[in-house]
Amino acid sequence: MNETKNQTEAVTADEPIIEVVSMHKWYGDFHVLSDINLKVQLGERIVICGPSGSGKSTLIRCINRLEEHQRGQIIVNGTELTNDIKNIEKVRTEVGMVFQHFNLFPHLTIIENLTLGPIWVRKTPKKEAEEMAMMYLEKVHIAEQASKFPGQLSGGQQQRVAIARSLCMKPKVMLFDEPTSALDPEMIKEVLDVMIDLAEEGMTMLVVTHEMGFAKSVADRVMFMDAGQVVEENTPHAFFDNPQHERTKLFLSQIL
Amino acid sequence: MSNSTTTPSREYLKPPVTEVGVIGWLRGNLFNSWFNSVLTVAVLLVLWKVVPPFFSWAFVDSLWNSSSEACRDIEGACWSIIPQNISFILFGFFPDGEQWRPGLAMLLLLGMVFYSKDSKRWKKSLFVYWTINLIVMATLMYGGVFGMQVVETAQWSGLPLTFMLALFGMVAAYPLGVFLALGRRSRMPAIKTLCVVYIEMIRGVPLISLLFMSSIMFPLFLPEGVTIDKVLRAQVAIILFTAAYIAEVVRGGLQAMPRGQFEAADSLGLNYNQTMRLIILPQALKIVIPPSVGILLSAFKDTSLVVIIALYDVLKTTKVTLSNPKWTGYSTEAYIFLAVLYFVCCYAMSSYSRKLEKALHTGR
Repeated sequence: MNETKNQTEAVTADEPIIEVVSMHKWYGDFHVLSDINLKVQLGERIVICGPSGSGKSTLIRCINRLEEHQRGQIIVNGTELTNDIKNIEKVRTEVGMVFQHFNLFPHLTIIENLTLGPIWVRKTPKKEAEEMAMMYLEKVHIAEQASKFPGQLSGGQQQRVAIARSLCMKPKVMLFDEPTSALDPEMIKEVLDVMIDLAEEGMTMLVVTHEMGFAKSVADRVMFMDAGQVVEENTPHAFFDNPQHERTKLFLSQIL
Repeated sequence: MSNSTTTPSREYLKPPVTEVGVIGWLRGNLFNSWFNSVLTVAVLLVLWKVVPPFFSWAFVDSLWNSSSEACRDIEGACWSIIPQNISFILFGFFPDGEQWRPGLAMLLLLGMVFYSKDSKRWKKSLFVYWTINLIVMATLMYGGVFGMQVVETAQWSGLPLTFMLALFGMVAAYPLGVFLALGRRSRMPAIKTLCVVYIEMIRGVPLISLLFMSSIMFPLFLPEGVTIDKVLRAQVAIILFTAAYIAEVVRGGLQAMPRGQFEAADSLGLNYNQTMRLIILPQALKIVIPPSVGILLSAFKDTSLVVIIALYDVLKTTKVTLSNPKWTGYSTEAYIFLAVLYFVCCYAMSSYSRKLEKALHTGR
């Protein structure tokens, strides 16, 4: 689990890779996130769930600064997120993100989608980047599609490519923003399998999802959010079998 | 096999003759209702009245390469006006005996355009070829070396002038327009305001007034003794004008890009320049191929407006030919020739753009 070698300014093993301290966010007048505190250790797998509009996507989008927070601190891999664009870009190279709607680049082939980040951001030589891309494509069981365009793949295949694309940047943390919500039911499993493999390899993961089966079997911690606040946070076992709050109980009764 | 024995054999009959073939097509497309039948008959009548007379005027009773006197005695078209004046129509006031130079320059230009068509050749070497070619063309046009007589730009006229104004107008206006579009969407208020003011001001005035300003007003502001070439000024005016229109079209393409594309690029850690160059612009510019081609086509045709600042493009040289007493009265023939010339160029551009669109299609 201790993969902290070769990190210059990075965290040591017992320091959190992500630290969110009393963070608030507003959309105009609307208070979306209120007093969020979160510590994630390297290798931890956290599932965030909650009703729609509870701010769970907004929270993980704040962690790689796709959304701006207005108060409090977010520190990722030892770098605090401020308006400094250099810091933001540095954090983003260390944090991979998988979106609900995949967001592959439709004008590039699969392999080009994967090598783009390594070549332009990490300055990896093209040949090396392609070898690495093929390795990750093998890993998500889709290597034979390398020269196709995203539009020619199914939703599940596209999402697996999107995961591979993030992995090519060798991130320390992976954020998943409802990765299976836009998929047809028969494709959900192939994406979840890839995510489970990833979890077993020790990747640090923050997953916003409604897949409670995934939460039960993979998560170290489950966070339940409602109305912009973290209502309850516990191990999956305790969370599902013995929820503490009324809102959690209501939510679980509705989805299970 | 066992299947074919169980299914009863049946005959496949041909459909009635009134439903397929020529008759079926006629019924389906030309006579499928009483109104369409009336229209079909009316159109046929009009064609009958128009086409044969035009045909005999243009091809049967016409002369193709004769003196102007011979043309006085015929009923049909006098196409002779074109071959008899071709060197003036194409090259205008370029000195006699030197006209192989603009001719060769144009061939080089067309050759280069043709060579650049294939997207496989869009590499750095293409840029080098273009630079070399432009230098060669400029040398051919201006002269002054290798014993070639110097020809001032004031004498550049006819088709080379049209092609030059159009091609450089488009090539320079496109990137400028893209920058303006990006600037208009910039978060920096100064840049944004500047771009908005520029675009709206240019779009608010006709090209003619810009050409006037460049040729008459602009020199007044220059210090004494400083002159800027007239052709160059017209060229710059055309570029500035076209760029403003391109900018708005490109902005439309940028706005059509889903936010997820920006977010995906951001989350990979790409910076603004990389995001725009690698992700956003390739897609946005592809979306706006049809409207930008529309703008480029009208820019090409608008180059003929330079007549008002006394530049002799191919339209003006044709007009001058028609003012020659020997050839007055054959304007129909001359203008048909010009129309065909413009049509060939415009059609080539638009069919190329359709091919490009198809080539860039990636299945979404």
